[in-house]
Amino acid sequence: MSAPDTVLSVAILIGLVLLGIAFLLTVYRVIKGPTLPDRVVALDMLVGIVIGFIGVIAIRTGFTLYIDIAISLGLVGFLATVAFARFILARGRDGSSEGAPAAAEAAPAERAGGRAKAKAKAKPAPPAAGKGRKA
Amino acid sequence: MDMLFALATAALILSGSAFALIAAIGLNRLPDIYTRMHAASKAGTVGSGLMLLAVGVHSGDLATLARALAGFFFFILTAPVSAHLLAKAAHQVGYSLSPRSVCDEMSDYEKRI
Amino acid sequence: MTTIIVSTLFTAVWVAITGSASFHNLAFGFLLATLCLWIVRDEMGGRGYWKRFGRVLSLLVLFLKELALSAWKVAVLVVSPRMDLKPGIFAFPLTVDRDFEITLLANLITLTPGTLSVDVSVDRKTLFVHAIDCSDIEATKRDIAEGFERKIMEAFR
Repeated sequence: MSAPDTVLSVAILIGLVLLGIAFLLTVYRVIKGPTLPDRVVALDMLVGIVIGFIGVIAIRTGFTLYIDIAISLGLVGFLATVAFARFILARGRDGSSEGAPAAAEAAPAERAGGRAKAKAKAKPAPPAAGKGRKA
Repeated sequence: MDMLFALATAALILSGSAFALIAAIGLNRLPDIYTRMHAASKAGTVGSGLMLLAVGVHSGDLATLARALAGFFFFILTAPVSAHLLAKAAHQVGYSLSPRSVCDEMSDYEKRI
Repeated sequence: MTTIIVSTLFTAVWVAITGSASFHNLAFGFLLATLCLWIVRDEMGGRGYWKRFGRVLSLLVLFLKELALSAWKVAVLVVSPRMDLKPGIFAFPLTVDRDFEITLLANLITLTPGTLSVDVSVDRKTLFVHAIDCSDIEATKRDIAEGFERKIMEAFR
Protein backbone atom coordinates (compact mmCIF):
# COMPACT_ATOMS: atom_id res chain seq x y z
CA MET A 1 0.00 0.00 0.00
CA SER A 2 1.52 3.31 -1.08
CA ALA A 3 1.62 6.47 1.00
CA PRO A 4 -1.21 8.33 -0.85
CA ASP A 5 -3.49 5.31 -0.44
CA THR A 6 -2.79 5.18 3.27
CA VAL A 7 -3.57 8.87 3.72
CA LEU A 8 -6.77 8.45 1.79
CA SER A 9 -8.00 5.37 3.59
CA VAL A 10 -7.32 6.91 7.00
CA ALA A 11 -9.22 10.04 5.95
CA ILE A 12 -12.10 7.92 4.66
CA LEU A 13 -12.25 6.01 7.92
CA ILE A 14 -12.30 9.17 10.04
CA GLY A 15 -14.82 10.76 7.70
CA LEU A 16 -17.14 7.77 7.97
CA VAL A 17 -16.93 7.82 11.76
CA LEU A 18 -17.67 11.56 11.95
CA LEU A 19 -20.56 11.22 9.52
CA GLY A 20 -21.90 8.27 11.51
CA ILE A 21 -21.92 10.32 14.72
CA ALA A 22 -23.57 13.23 12.89
CA PHE A 23 -26.16 10.82 11.50
CA LEU A 24 -27.02 9.46 14.95
CA LEU A 25 -27.25 12.96 16.46
CA THR A 26 -29.59 14.07 13.69
CA VAL A 27 -31.76 10.98 14.08
CA TYR A 28 -31.98 11.81 17.78
CA ARG A 29 -33.32 15.25 16.86
CA VAL A 30 -35.83 13.68 14.46
CA ILE A 31 -37.12 11.42 17.22
CA LYS A 32 -37.10 14.06 19.94
CA GLY A 33 -38.78 16.80 17.94
CA PRO A 34 -40.43 18.53 19.76
CA THR A 35 -42.28 20.24 16.89
CA LEU A 36 -42.90 19.27 13.29
CA PRO A 37 -40.62 21.97 11.78
CA ASP A 38 -37.80 20.73 14.01
CA ARG A 39 -38.21 17.29 12.56
CA VAL A 40 -38.35 18.61 9.01
CA VAL A 41 -35.12 20.55 9.53
CA ALA A 42 -33.50 17.41 10.92
CA LEU A 43 -34.73 15.32 7.98
CA ASP A 44 -33.33 17.92 5.59
CA MET A 45 -30.04 17.71 7.42
CA LEU A 46 -30.22 13.91 7.18
CA VAL A 47 -30.30 14.16 3.40
CA GLY A 48 -27.16 16.30 3.53
CA ILE A 49 -25.37 13.75 5.69
CA VAL A 50 -26.39 10.89 3.39
CA ILE A 51 -25.00 12.87 0.45
CA GLY A 52 -21.77 13.05 2.41
CA PHE A 53 -21.88 9.27 2.89
CA ILE A 54 -22.43 8.76 -0.82
CA GLY A 55 -19.43 10.98 -1.54
CA VAL A 56 -17.17 8.97 0.76
CA ILE A 57 -18.38 5.69 -0.70
CA ALA A 58 -17.78 7.06 -4.21
CA ILE A 59 -14.18 7.81 -3.30
CA ARG A 60 -13.72 4.46 -1.62
CA THR A 61 -15.12 2.37 -4.46
CA GLY A 62 -14.00 4.62 -7.30
CA PHE A 63 -17.45 4.72 -8.92
CA THR A 64 -17.84 8.37 -9.90
CA LEU A 65 -21.37 7.59 -11.05
CA TYR A 66 -22.33 8.05 -7.41
CA ILE A 67 -22.13 11.83 -7.96
CA ASP A 68 -25.25 11.67 -10.09
CA ILE A 69 -27.01 9.72 -7.38
CA ALA A 70 -25.96 12.34 -4.82
CA ILE A 71 -27.28 15.18 -6.99
CA SER A 72 -30.60 13.41 -7.53
CA LEU A 73 -30.89 12.73 -3.81
CA GLY A 74 -30.24 16.41 -3.15
CA LEU A 75 -33.04 17.29 -5.56
CA VAL A 76 -35.46 14.86 -3.93
CA GLY A 77 -34.52 16.17 -0.48
CA PHE A 78 -35.11 19.76 -1.57
CA LEU A 79 -38.50 18.91 -3.02
CA ALA A 80 -39.43 16.99 0.11
CA THR A 81 -38.54 19.96 2.31
CA VAL A 82 -40.55 22.30 0.12
CA ALA A 83 -43.51 19.93 0.28
CA PHE A 84 -43.18 19.72 4.07
CA ALA A 85 -43.13 23.52 4.31
CA ARG A 86 -46.35 23.68 2.30
CA PHE A 87 -47.82 21.02 4.53
CA ILE A 88 -46.93 22.96 7.69
CA LEU A 89 -48.56 26.04 6.21
CA ALA A 90 -51.70 24.14 5.27
CA ARG A 91 -51.99 22.19 8.49
CA GLY A 92 -51.60 25.09 10.87
CA ARG A 93 -50.10 24.90 14.32
CA ASP A 94 -52.33 22.50 16.18
CA GLY A 95 -53.41 20.15 13.44
CA SER A 96 -53.25 16.74 15.00
CA SER A 97 -51.84 14.86 17.96
CA GLU A 98 -48.29 16.13 17.46
CA GLY A 99 -45.82 15.30 20.23
CA ALA A 100 -45.41 17.57 23.26
CA PRO A 101 -48.36 19.91 22.70
CA ALA A 102 -48.03 21.13 26.29
CA ALA A 103 -44.52 22.50 25.74
CA ALA A 104 -45.52 24.07 22.45
CA GLU A 105 -48.49 25.75 24.08
CA ALA A 106 -46.54 27.03 27.07
CA ALA A 107 -43.82 28.77 25.09
CA PRO A 108 -45.91 31.44 23.28
CA ALA A 109 -47.30 32.68 26.57
CA GLU A 110 -43.88 34.01 27.49
CA ARG A 111 -43.58 36.02 24.33
CA ALA A 112 -47.27 36.84 24.02
CA GLY A 113 -47.51 39.49 21.30
CA GLY A 114 -49.08 38.72 17.95
CA ARG A 115 -48.67 35.03 18.55
CA ALA A 116 -51.52 34.93 21.05
CA LYS A 117 -53.77 36.57 18.53
CA ALA A 118 -52.78 34.16 15.80
CA LYS A 119 -53.39 31.24 18.10
CA ALA A 120 -56.78 32.53 19.11
CA LYS A 121 -57.66 32.90 15.48
CA ALA A 122 -56.45 29.41 14.67
CA LYS A 123 -58.11 27.70 17.60
CA PRO A 124 -61.79 27.53 16.64
CA ALA A 125 -61.39 26.04 13.18
CA PRO A 126 -57.78 25.07 12.45
CA PRO A 127 -58.06 24.05 8.77
CA ALA A 128 -60.11 27.05 7.75
CA ALA A 129 -57.91 29.50 9.63
CA GLY A 130 -54.78 28.14 7.96
CA LYS A 131 -56.29 28.53 4.52
CA GLY A 132 -57.63 31.97 5.22
CA ARG A 133 -54.27 33.39 6.22
CA LYS A 134 -52.53 31.87 3.24
CA ALA A 135 -54.84 33.45 0.72
CA MET B 1 1.44 14.42 -7.67
CA ASP B 2 -0.60 11.46 -6.44
CA MET B 3 0.23 12.49 -2.91
CA LEU B 4 -1.02 16.03 -3.59
CA PHE B 5 -4.37 14.76 -4.86
CA ALA B 6 -4.65 12.35 -1.95
CA LEU B 7 -3.92 15.11 0.56
CA ALA B 8 -6.44 17.47 -1.05
CA THR B 9 -9.10 14.76 -1.09
CA ALA B 10 -8.35 13.82 2.51
CA ALA B 11 -8.59 17.46 3.60
CA LEU B 12 -11.93 17.86 1.79
CA ILE B 13 -13.34 14.66 3.31
CA LEU B 14 -12.24 15.60 6.81
CA SER B 15 -13.52 19.19 6.67
CA GLY B 16 -16.77 18.09 5.01
CA SER B 17 -17.53 15.47 7.64
CA ALA B 18 -16.45 17.85 10.40
CA PHE B 19 -18.93 20.45 9.15
CA ALA B 20 -21.67 17.80 8.96
CA LEU B 21 -20.91 16.75 12.53
CA ILE B 22 -20.91 20.37 13.74
CA ALA B 23 -24.25 20.96 12.04
CA ALA B 24 -25.64 17.90 13.78
CA ILE B 25 -24.32 19.08 17.15
CA GLY B 26 -25.83 22.48 16.48
CA LEU B 27 -29.13 20.87 15.65
CA ASN B 28 -29.15 19.37 19.14
CA ARG B 29 -27.73 22.28 21.11
CA LEU B 30 -29.51 25.32 19.69
CA PRO B 31 -32.71 26.35 21.46
CA ASP B 32 -35.39 26.82 18.79
CA ILE B 33 -36.28 25.91 15.22
CA TYR B 34 -35.01 29.16 13.72
CA THR B 35 -31.54 28.94 15.21
CA ARG B 36 -31.39 25.24 14.32
CA MET B 37 -32.09 26.20 10.75
CA HIS B 38 -28.93 28.31 10.80
CA ALA B 39 -26.86 25.24 11.62
CA ALA B 40 -28.58 22.96 9.12
CA SER B 41 -28.70 25.34 6.19
CA LYS B 42 -25.14 26.63 6.44
CA ALA B 43 -22.83 24.10 8.00
CA GLY B 44 -24.85 21.20 6.60
CA THR B 45 -24.80 22.50 3.03
CA VAL B 46 -21.11 23.29 3.15
CA GLY B 47 -20.46 19.82 4.56
CA SER B 48 -22.21 17.89 1.81
CA GLY B 49 -20.86 20.29 -0.84
CA LEU B 50 -17.27 19.69 0.28
CA MET B 51 -17.87 15.94 0.08
CA LEU B 52 -18.98 16.24 -3.54
CA LEU B 53 -15.89 18.35 -4.31
CA ALA B 54 -13.76 15.64 -2.69
CA VAL B 55 -15.16 13.09 -5.16
CA GLY B 56 -14.45 15.46 -8.03
CA VAL B 57 -10.86 16.12 -6.94
CA HIS B 58 -10.21 12.47 -6.24
CA SER B 59 -11.30 11.31 -9.68
CA GLY B 60 -8.72 13.61 -11.32
CA ASP B 61 -11.03 13.79 -14.31
CA LEU B 62 -12.33 17.09 -15.59
CA ALA B 63 -15.78 15.79 -16.50
CA THR B 64 -16.35 14.41 -13.01
CA LEU B 65 -15.01 17.56 -11.39
CA ALA B 66 -17.38 19.65 -13.49
CA ARG B 67 -20.30 17.48 -12.43
CA ALA B 68 -19.26 17.75 -8.79
CA LEU B 69 -19.04 21.53 -9.12
CA ALA B 70 -22.49 21.64 -10.71
CA GLY B 71 -23.83 19.60 -7.80
CA PHE B 72 -22.11 21.90 -5.31
CA PHE B 73 -23.74 24.98 -6.82
CA PHE B 74 -27.06 23.19 -6.97
CA PHE B 75 -26.93 22.52 -3.23
CA ILE B 76 -25.87 26.09 -2.50
CA LEU B 77 -28.80 27.40 -4.53
CA THR B 78 -31.45 25.13 -3.05
CA ALA B 79 -30.47 25.25 0.64
CA PRO B 80 -31.49 28.88 1.28
CA VAL B 81 -34.75 28.39 -0.60
CA SER B 82 -35.83 25.45 1.52
CA ALA B 83 -34.64 27.12 4.73
CA HIS B 84 -36.55 30.27 3.85
CA LEU B 85 -39.74 28.38 3.02
CA LEU B 86 -39.58 26.40 6.22
CA ALA B 87 -38.86 29.46 8.38
CA LYS B 88 -41.69 31.36 6.73
CA ALA B 89 -44.13 28.50 7.19
CA ALA B 90 -43.12 27.98 10.82
CA HIS B 91 -43.41 31.66 11.66
CA GLN B 92 -46.68 32.16 9.82
CA VAL B 93 -48.29 29.21 11.54
CA GLY B 94 -47.07 30.49 14.87
CA TYR B 95 -44.20 28.37 16.15
CA SER B 96 -42.58 30.66 18.66
CA LEU B 97 -39.03 31.85 18.98
CA SER B 98 -37.07 30.65 21.98
CA PRO B 99 -37.59 32.71 25.15
CA ARG B 100 -33.96 33.84 24.85
CA SER B 101 -34.78 35.87 21.74
CA VAL B 102 -34.22 39.58 22.17
CA CYS B 103 -36.54 40.92 19.48
CA ASP B 104 -39.22 39.90 17.01
CA GLU B 105 -40.00 42.80 14.71
CA MET B 106 -41.96 40.53 12.40
CA SER B 107 -44.69 39.87 14.96
CA ASP B 108 -44.73 43.57 15.81
CA TYR B 109 -45.23 44.32 12.14
CA GLU B 110 -48.01 41.77 11.79
CA LYS B 111 -49.72 43.20 14.84
CA ARG B 112 -49.68 46.68 13.31
CA ILE B 113 -51.42 45.71 10.07
CA MET C 1 -28.11 38.74 -27.81
CA THR C 2 -29.03 38.09 -24.19
CA THR C 3 -30.61 34.82 -25.19
CA ILE C 4 -27.41 33.66 -26.87
CA ILE C 5 -25.33 34.43 -23.78
CA VAL C 6 -27.76 32.72 -21.45
CA SER C 7 -28.06 29.66 -23.68
CA THR C 8 -24.26 29.45 -23.86
CA LEU C 9 -24.26 29.48 -20.08
CA PHE C 10 -26.90 26.75 -19.99
CA THR C 11 -24.91 24.75 -22.53
CA ALA C 12 -21.89 24.96 -20.23
CA VAL C 13 -23.99 23.63 -17.35
CA TRP C 14 -25.35 20.86 -19.57
CA VAL C 15 -21.85 19.82 -20.64
CA ALA C 16 -20.70 19.92 -17.03
CA ILE C 17 -23.51 17.67 -15.88
CA THR C 18 -23.37 15.16 -18.71
CA GLY C 19 -19.59 15.18 -18.49
CA SER C 20 -18.70 14.99 -22.17
CA ALA C 21 -17.60 17.92 -24.27
CA SER C 22 -17.91 16.29 -27.69
CA PHE C 23 -19.29 18.32 -30.56
CA HIS C 24 -22.54 16.38 -30.62
CA ASN C 25 -23.16 16.93 -26.96
CA LEU C 26 -22.37 20.63 -27.25
CA ALA C 27 -24.77 21.05 -30.13
CA PHE C 28 -27.46 19.06 -28.35
CA GLY C 29 -26.94 21.09 -25.18
CA PHE C 30 -27.23 24.35 -27.09
CA LEU C 31 -30.40 23.15 -28.77
CA LEU C 32 -31.84 22.12 -25.42
CA ALA C 33 -30.91 25.45 -23.80
CA THR C 34 -32.51 27.39 -26.63
CA LEU C 35 -35.63 25.28 -26.34
CA CYS C 36 -35.80 25.89 -22.57
CA LEU C 37 -35.37 29.64 -23.04
CA TRP C 38 -37.97 29.65 -25.78
CA ILE C 39 -40.46 28.04 -23.42
CA VAL C 40 -39.99 30.79 -20.81
CA ARG C 41 -39.60 33.61 -23.38
CA ASP C 42 -42.43 35.67 -21.88
CA GLU C 43 -41.04 35.56 -18.36
CA MET C 44 -37.53 36.57 -19.42
CA GLY C 45 -38.53 40.13 -20.27
CA GLY C 46 -35.24 40.75 -22.06
CA ARG C 47 -33.86 43.28 -19.60
CA GLY C 48 -30.28 42.36 -20.34
CA TYR C 49 -29.49 40.97 -16.91
CA TRP C 50 -26.41 39.17 -18.13
CA LYS C 51 -24.64 42.10 -19.69
CA ARG C 52 -22.65 43.00 -16.62
CA PHE C 53 -21.07 39.65 -16.31
CA GLY C 54 -18.00 40.87 -14.44
CA ARG C 55 -20.03 42.37 -11.64
CA VAL C 56 -22.12 39.24 -11.36
CA LEU C 57 -18.89 37.32 -11.06
CA SER C 58 -17.66 39.59 -8.28
CA LEU C 59 -20.98 39.07 -6.51
CA LEU C 60 -20.40 35.32 -6.81
CA VAL C 61 -16.91 35.62 -5.32
CA LEU C 62 -18.23 37.71 -2.42
CA PHE C 63 -20.96 35.14 -1.92
CA LEU C 64 -18.56 32.18 -1.76
CA LYS C 65 -16.36 34.06 0.68
CA GLU C 66 -19.32 34.88 2.92
CA LEU C 67 -20.55 31.30 2.73
CA ALA C 68 -17.22 29.96 3.96
CA LEU C 69 -17.14 32.59 6.70
CA SER C 70 -20.70 31.83 7.73
CA ALA C 71 -20.18 28.09 7.98
CA TRP C 72 -17.11 28.76 10.06
CA LYS C 73 -18.93 31.16 12.39
CA VAL C 74 -21.79 28.74 12.96
CA ALA C 75 -19.22 26.03 13.65
CA VAL C 76 -17.41 28.18 16.21
CA LEU C 77 -20.69 29.14 17.86
CA VAL C 78 -21.92 25.58 18.12
CA VAL C 79 -18.79 24.10 19.61
CA SER C 80 -18.19 26.91 22.09
CA PRO C 81 -18.99 25.51 25.53
CA ARG C 82 -21.22 28.36 26.70
CA MET C 83 -23.44 29.41 23.84
CA ASP C 84 -24.02 33.13 24.08
CA LEU C 85 -27.15 33.54 21.97
CA LYS C 86 -29.23 36.60 21.37
CA PRO C 87 -31.47 35.40 18.54
CA GLY C 88 -34.27 37.51 17.13
CA ILE C 89 -36.06 38.66 14.01
CA PHE C 90 -35.38 42.16 12.71
CA ALA C 91 -36.94 44.10 9.87
CA PHE C 92 -34.60 45.12 7.06
CA PRO C 93 -35.83 48.00 4.86
CA LEU C 94 -35.35 47.01 1.22
CA THR C 95 -33.88 49.39 -1.33
CA VAL C 96 -34.07 46.93 -4.21
CA ASP C 97 -37.62 46.52 -5.47
CA ARG C 98 -37.64 44.00 -8.31
CA ASP C 99 -38.74 40.45 -7.52
CA PHE C 100 -35.60 38.94 -8.95
CA GLU C 101 -33.33 41.17 -6.87
CA ILE C 102 -35.30 40.58 -3.69
CA THR C 103 -35.07 36.84 -4.25
CA LEU C 104 -31.34 37.05 -4.80
CA LEU C 105 -30.81 39.25 -1.76
CA ALA C 106 -32.91 36.96 0.43
CA ASN C 107 -30.94 33.92 -0.69
CA LEU C 108 -27.62 35.64 -0.14
CA ILE C 109 -28.69 36.79 3.31
CA THR C 110 -29.62 33.25 4.25
CA LEU C 111 -26.14 32.03 3.47
CA THR C 112 -24.27 34.81 5.26
CA PRO C 113 -23.01 34.67 8.83
CA GLY C 114 -25.76 34.39 11.40
CA THR C 115 -28.68 35.62 9.32
CA LEU C 116 -31.62 33.83 7.71
CA SER C 117 -34.36 35.54 5.76
CA VAL C 118 -37.82 34.60 6.98
CA ASP C 119 -40.35 36.61 5.03
CA VAL C 120 -41.03 39.60 2.81
CA SER C 121 -43.78 42.02 3.77
CA VAL C 122 -46.75 42.27 1.45
CA ASP C 123 -45.75 45.70 0.13
CA ARG C 124 -42.22 44.40 -0.63
CA LYS C 125 -40.53 47.13 1.34
CA THR C 126 -39.36 45.09 4.27
CA LEU C 127 -37.43 41.87 4.56
CA PHE C 128 -37.68 40.02 7.85
CA VAL C 129 -34.39 38.47 8.81
CA HIS C 130 -33.72 36.08 11.65
CA ALA C 131 -30.32 36.71 13.17
CA ILE C 132 -28.51 34.50 15.60
CA ASP C 133 -26.92 37.55 17.21
CA CYS C 134 -29.33 40.45 17.57
CA SER C 135 -27.21 42.47 19.99
CA ASP C 136 -26.36 45.10 17.36
CA ILE C 137 -29.16 45.23 14.80
CA GLU C 138 -28.08 48.51 13.24
CA ALA C 139 -24.60 47.20 12.41
CA THR C 140 -26.06 44.05 10.82
CA LYS C 141 -28.46 46.12 8.74
CA ARG C 142 -25.62 48.37 7.61
CA ASP C 143 -23.50 45.36 6.65
CA ILE C 144 -26.25 43.96 4.44
CA ALA C 145 -27.10 47.31 2.85
CA GLU C 146 -23.48 48.19 2.06
CA GLY C 147 -22.40 44.68 1.13
CA PHE C 148 -24.85 42.55 -0.81
CA GLU C 149 -27.52 45.08 -1.59
CA ARG C 150 -25.06 47.55 -3.09
CA LYS C 151 -23.38 44.77 -5.08
CA ILE C 152 -26.72 43.60 -6.43
CA MET C 153 -27.59 47.15 -7.46
CA GLU C 154 -24.25 47.45 -9.23
CA ALA C 155 -24.60 44.13 -10.99
CA PHE C 156 -28.15 44.39 -12.25
CA ARG C 157 -28.83 48.06 -12.90
